[in-house]
Amino acid sequence: MKFRAQLASIALAALGAAGTLTARADSGWSQLNMTQGVTDISRRIYDLHMAIFWVCVAIGVLVFGVMIWSLIKYRKSRGAVADTTLLHSTRVEVIWTVVPVLILVLMAVPAARTLVAIEDTSKTGLTIKVTGFQWGWRYDYLDDGVGFYSHLDRKSDAARELTSGIDPNTVDHYLLSVDHPLVVPVDTKVRLLITGADVIHSWWVPAFGVKKDAIPGFINEAWFKVDTDKPGLYRGQCAELCGRDHGFMPIVVDVRTKADYAAWLKQEQAAQKPATPPAAAANTAAPAT
Amino acid sequence: MSTAAHADSHDDHDHKPHGWRRWVYATNHKDIGTMYLVFSGCMFFVGGMFAEGIRAELFKPGMQLFDPQFFNSLTTMHGLVMIFGVIMPSFVGLANWMIPMQVGAPDMALPRLNNFSFWILPFAFTLLLSSFFVPGGAPAGGWTMYPPLTLQTGASFPMLIFSIHLMGASSILGAINVIVTIMNMRAPGMTLLKMPMFVWSWLITAYLLIAVMPVLAGAVTMQLTDHYFGTTFFTAAGGGDPVMFQHIFWFFGHPEVYIMILPAFGIVSEIIPTFSRKPLFGYEAMVYAIASIAFLSFIVWAHHMFTVGMPLAAQLFFMLSTMLIAVPTGVKIFNWAATMWHGSLSFEPPMLFALAFVFLFSIGGFSGLMLAMVPADYQYQDTYFVVAHFHYVLVTGALFGIMAAIYYWLPKWTGHMYDLKLGTWHFWLSTIFVNVLFFPQHFLGLAGMPRRIPDYAVQFTDWNMVSSIGAFGFGLSQFLFLYLIIKCVRGGVRADSRVWEGAHGLEWELTSPPPFHSWSTPPSAAVIAHGAEH
Repeated sequence: MKFRAQLASIALAALGAAGTLTARADSGWSQLNMTQGVTDISRRIYDLHMAIFWVCVAIGVLVFGVMIWSLIKYRKSRGAVADTTLLHSTRVEVIWTVVPVLILVLMAVPAARTLVAIEDTSKTGLTIKVTGFQWGWRYDYLDDGVGFYSHLDRKSDAARELTSGIDPNTVDHYLLSVDHPLVVPVDTKVRLLITGADVIHSWWVPAFGVKKDAIPGFINEAWFKVDTDKPGLYRGQCAELCGRDHGFMPIVVDVRTKADYAAWLKQEQAAQKPATPPAAAANTAAPAT
Repeated sequence: MSTAAHADSHDDHDHKPHGWRRWVYATNHKDIGTMYLVFSGCMFFVGGMFAEGIRAELFKPGMQLFDPQFFNSLTTMHGLVMIFGVIMPSFVGLANWMIPMQVGAPDMALPRLNNFSFWILPFAFTLLLSSFFVPGGAPAGGWTMYPPLTLQTGASFPMLIFSIHLMGASSILGAINVIVTIMNMRAPGMTLLKMPMFVWSWLITAYLLIAVMPVLAGAVTMQLTDHYFGTTFFTAAGGGDPVMFQHIFWFFGHPEVYIMILPAFGIVSEIIPTFSRKPLFGYEAMVYAIASIAFLSFIVWAHHMFTVGMPLAAQLFFMLSTMLIAVPTGVKIFNWAATMWHGSLSFEPPMLFALAFVFLFSIGGFSGLMLAMVPADYQYQDTYFVVAHFHYVLVTGALFGIMAAIYYWLPKWTGHMYDLKLGTWHFWLSTIFVNVLFFPQHFLGLAGMPRRIPDYAVQFTDWNMVSSIGAFGFGLSQFLFLYLIIKCVRGGVRADSRVWEGAHGLEWELTSPPPFHSWSTPPSAAVIAHGAEH
């Protein structure tokens, strides 16, 4: 049959593609789950995610199990005769209304606790204003007189052009590296004041469990505190459609030890002194809400 | 179409126009229903073409095919066309065909309004789709049209706004017609709680439509005046509030989600009893569950925007109200499972699609429950996890519901039985490929891939390739569906009036195809009683 032949060729094409994929060495296949991240909040979010996931799996196994059992056992082809008297049962219906309510209440408690912790922006050690714009980020260290723009790095920018001829696999951290990363110290509650200069953007770093919209006219608050033993580079992306180059405004946070951070800050302050005073950098601020 | 030829013998007052006038001047509910379904079928292939373009660009990292701006136009137009051009009109088409037949009426209550509400649509979509050819290209701010980004749209901006107005007007008129028909045209003796589930689900959907389509119209009109008349509803520089648009939009948008799924609930509640040869379990609970879902849909809207920075109390409220929706939705799933319990099941294409609906919509429901948890939502929001979630509820939910309905009622409409074997092939190909397409998107989202991006970091390559292969397979499978329908309309084995052994309901008391004016005399109490065995 012609149709079968077509099907076979589709299947073969799919298999071929899968074959070339497995031949590649990197670990794309294993990217299946949310990151646990490097902050207390991100781990609590991960635990919540896994808890609700397993609740869903348990309910799924139960409900799908009953249905699959019916599909096998009550087939007409196996001579099953319908019991047309089964119209409703108040007892069963009450059970399957009340039990889900209880499960939901049990899930809502840890979710609410985590949310309360996330919303606590008190006692912060460092405040940075984050401004999203088309298409990049600006960071202003409000208390230290340091500020800079952060754009997609040049290598990615060249490779991402239509018909650039550059294989993205040859670019280091393609689309996830910037010319000037945000630098913060470990073990410090870093408060972000997030706003947008033109349209709405969203500042997201999965490893911190932080995603907050950058909205013109609003100043949103978010915070993160990276574990002492986890300095390093953490990467994220804009998470709200913001126009043509929405996919090309990554976020990189360079988390350093406190001593390294202090040294970096001193160097930046020296370098930026003759340039813009901090007041000028603040002129994109919009009315508070 | 063959409907007319067969209908002649049943109808002594057949003065219907012929040729093109039959369609342009149409006032018959079946002709208008057919036009709605054909229109949404065409749009399905247009919106599907956009989707294949998106998946082709995302097949591997690097920009291969499109400019990023054009890619954004594709995602935007894919959303608008599939929602307003496919899912909604095909449900209205099914309502047109089935409601008069199921409630024992000769036609819809307002036939000329019916004609008008359909004929608005081709104009609305001509306007919307022609925006690809104006300076600045088609709208690219997402189907959610958030300002200020959407205010940056080029010459297509007013085309977008006015086409939304037209679609909204069409939906409201269609909804009015459905409500008036159900409230006034039921056969004597058919009380509200004897109505078929499809009619119930559409009655509630129609009220949702009337409640929220004007809200959408208002929101987009405010953008129009922001753009052209100097108002600053959503412009921060003038004291406006961009987040207010999101609140207004999702006050429309969340009920809209249920507008796109409740009729599918109704369809599945018709099909599962038929092929289980057993009445629907808990009919009244099913009605109350739909009503509760409809009510809750008005108080959960802000769960689409947990990351905009709402007060803690508001986030907690919207989290709890959203989780509450799982309860009536669960009741529906459990009732369908209980309907199959101790049944006598057979697996013709409508049943296969209804079963896939129950399983796969549940998966979409599970990810919905996960998304309701605000702290976790901070990680899921605007990633491919959300894309996977809403495609599970809209493709394997709403669209599979529509396909199930077409497989269920097509022999009734045409008077011909379709090729069951081909239908089964279409089912398996669609179901396998749709999972290859959307299941890996859960992984992509959790691993950190944002939605609406034209290019991605290389670690996302593998699952994107799998997803694209699924998309190509799913797209190609739909040509089988098209072929099957055309073949069935043109001829085939005659279908008797009952069509399916276990079918109950007034539509099965009419001949296949039914007479031109479905029930020219109301069905007798005995016929209703026979049909009302849910």
